[in-house]
Amino acid sequence: MTGLALQNVQISLQSKLLLDITTTVEPGGTLTVMGPSGVGKSSLLAYIGGFLDPAFSASGKVVLNGKDITTLPPQSRGTGILFQDPLLFPHMSVGENLLFAVPQNIKGEERVHHIEEALARVGLEGYSNRDPATLSGGQKARVALMRVLLSQPSVLLLDEPFSKLDADRRGQIRELVFVEAKQQNLPTILVTHDEDDAMAAGDQLIQLTQL
Amino acid sequence: MLKSGPILAIAILLGPVLCGIIATVLPAFGYLPVLGQHDFSFEAFQKLFQQPAIVTSIILSLTTGLGTTFVALAVVIAFVSGWYGTRSFARLQHLISPLLSVPHAAAAFGLAFLIAPSGFLIRLISPWATGVTRPPDVLILQDPMGLAMMAGLVAKEIPFLLLVTLAALPQTQANQSRYVTQTLGYGATAGFILTTWPLVYRQIRLAVFAVIAYAASVVDVAVILGPSTPSTLSVRLTQWMSDPDISLRFMASAGALLQLTTVIATIAIWIVLEKIFAKLRNTIVSKGTRFANDGVLRQASLSVLVLFVVLVFAGLFVLALWSLAGFWAFPNALPQNLTLMNWTRVYPSIVSPLMTTLMTGLFATAIAILLSLACLERETRAGHKGGSNALFLIYLPLIVPQVSFVFGLQVFFLWLGLDATWLALVFVHLIFVLPYVFLSLSDPWRAWDKRYQFMAFGLGASPNRVFWKVRLPMLLKPVLVAAAVGFAVSIGQYLPTVLIGAGRLPTITTEAVALASGGNRRIVGVYAFLQMVLPFLAFALAAGIPALLFKNRKGMRATP
Repeated sequence: MTGLALQNVQISLQSKLLLDITTTVEPGGTLTVMGPSGVGKSSLLAYIGGFLDPAFSASGKVVLNGKDITTLPPQSRGTGILFQDPLLFPHMSVGENLLFAVPQNIKGEERVHHIEEALARVGLEGYSNRDPATLSGGQKARVALMRVLLSQPSVLLLDEPFSKLDADRRGQIRELVFVEAKQQNLPTILVTHDEDDAMAAGDQLIQLTQL
Repeated sequence: MLKSGPILAIAILLGPVLCGIIATVLPAFGYLPVLGQHDFSFEAFQKLFQQPAIVTSIILSLTTGLGTTFVALAVVIAFVSGWYGTRSFARLQHLISPLLSVPHAAAAFGLAFLIAPSGFLIRLISPWATGVTRPPDVLILQDPMGLAMMAGLVAKEIPFLLLVTLAALPQTQANQSRYVTQTLGYGATAGFILTTWPLVYRQIRLAVFAVIAYAASVVDVAVILGPSTPSTLSVRLTQWMSDPDISLRFMASAGALLQLTTVIATIAIWIVLEKIFAKLRNTIVSKGTRFANDGVLRQASLSVLVLFVVLVFAGLFVLALWSLAGFWAFPNALPQNLTLMNWTRVYPSIVSPLMTTLMTGLFATAIAILLSLACLERETRAGHKGGSNALFLIYLPLIVPQVSFVFGLQVFFLWLGLDATWLALVFVHLIFVLPYVFLSLSDPWRAWDKRYQFMAFGLGASPNRVFWKVRLPMLLKPVLVAAAVGFAVSIGQYLPTVLIGAGRLPTITTEAVALASGGNRRIVGVYAFLQMVLPFLAFALAAGIPALLFKNRKGMRATP
């Protein structure tokens, strides 16, 4: 069985149920979770990624490509995530940021080859030695996307990753993210409060309201 | 290994205080097997209360504790409430933070060299304004009420209280409250004190208690600036503790308990004052008094704060000047010539104390950093932090007066056969370095954006890899600043060094204080100048190393 299956995933805060989801996201498919802020959209991603704040209580299974990952440590789950901010590590160069993500079984020259190819794919050839702080917002977003893809995740979690971008960059980056996710056949979960994001994602939609 | 971090830290914070107090209580009641005493009695207390003017000494400790804290806190409140968010505030804040690293003894010497009857200030205005050609015979330093001592302590505690207040402010929505109170017609000062201050005070209360305890039981500042007829309780205790006549140790132990009781009483009085002020505030709030015209108060608070800052900086300048002074007759404002002779003359005898100072500071700081990192990293991985009990433990060695448990600790080390060893010295410094290092590191550590960690986990990095490659490098600057704080604290330690070193492990600080009564300003100038420069160098490194390592990383310049 491939894809990401959520089985009776319930998350509550102070005994108030925030969400209760059972669904399957096919490889290359997208689940969009919409709702106003404060309804616990992001907690779903935190639960799947394995870093849910202990203040929440949660139950239910997360099954990724047939494997139950619910109790695995976060680094062993293969859940790549993009946040609102690109969160490039400020003490590393662009290239070092990407190298950090390349799996360790890829060795030597091959690693450098990987990151140069990734940079070229998003039109950032020769940016390897740049200080991430000197990039534009759109460039940072593209590096962040390449970084998460280089880590070869099995699922892509998107926590409103387009909301802080300029309006004109926004559609472009959104398109790029969905195309790349499809190309790599990744199941994707998008959390957003933006109608345009949800439209662009298509596929499954879950609307959260204050329960 | 990470699991043992908090346990070790708690042992270091709690263990010595408990052992030290036990080893103080037993001899105080006549029980000290090492000296062949097995019978419990009240003899030591009887002897203690027969000491001349002992009540004066107790009252002096009490008034110094209350007076210092009250004045320092009042200046900080008035300044922060009147000026928070202004440009002057930011400017002064930058000027004041380095003062925190100046050891108490160095600041006290600086003040003494300034305000003494033969000091720099009177030289500046003599003889043209005062007509004096000899130092006037007035008791400015070591006045019987301890005012000079309090001034020295206030100058050092203002930066400390200001810094903890600033750390507490972000949790209070101070800016919104100011906006609301001002639109309701309240003056800036009153608006702040009525709305924001209670929230701040709740967070800094333990730090305030630490200031009370410190001021009520300080030794080095009291030796330099405090009265001598009689001295404060803590100074007299220290003399008895280091007296060759071993029988005095029993009385010293009883005195150490008396000091502890005095500090507890002082804090109790403070708590009553807290209640009175809270009542007063409630009355004002219910009446709705606006205090709209607070211009004079704002100017006054700024002036007093600047006065203290200038006093400390001027004092440090005069210290440096004396260390380089050749012939300098009264009432000349400046020495006739500058010379390195004082330095070359002191050099042979300074090398060994300097090495002890550096090695003790470095090792105590390194251990404190490792322990703090272990505790904080464990906290990060566990996903929750220790409650208010943990905070109380951290403050414990800062609130229990040093003189009340370090003496007992000395007896304890004697029993272990570790007395007057370098190892014991590092350990006793660690007790006081660890709380400051932890407090200084924990805020930036906890404020670090955890999404970087989630991101790194998502990229497949293990917790260890996240720590070494992401968290530690990103937090390098706060770690080094915490190390500099710890180093400065170690440099400043007087009493623990004297007692645990038993005079055989002198440091720059103990030498400087020992020279205080000798009155050779050139030699004192050299020691006190070194005392002030070492922490400064540590802070310069803490700022310089990350700047150099990350010189091409703009994102690292903003404090994380």
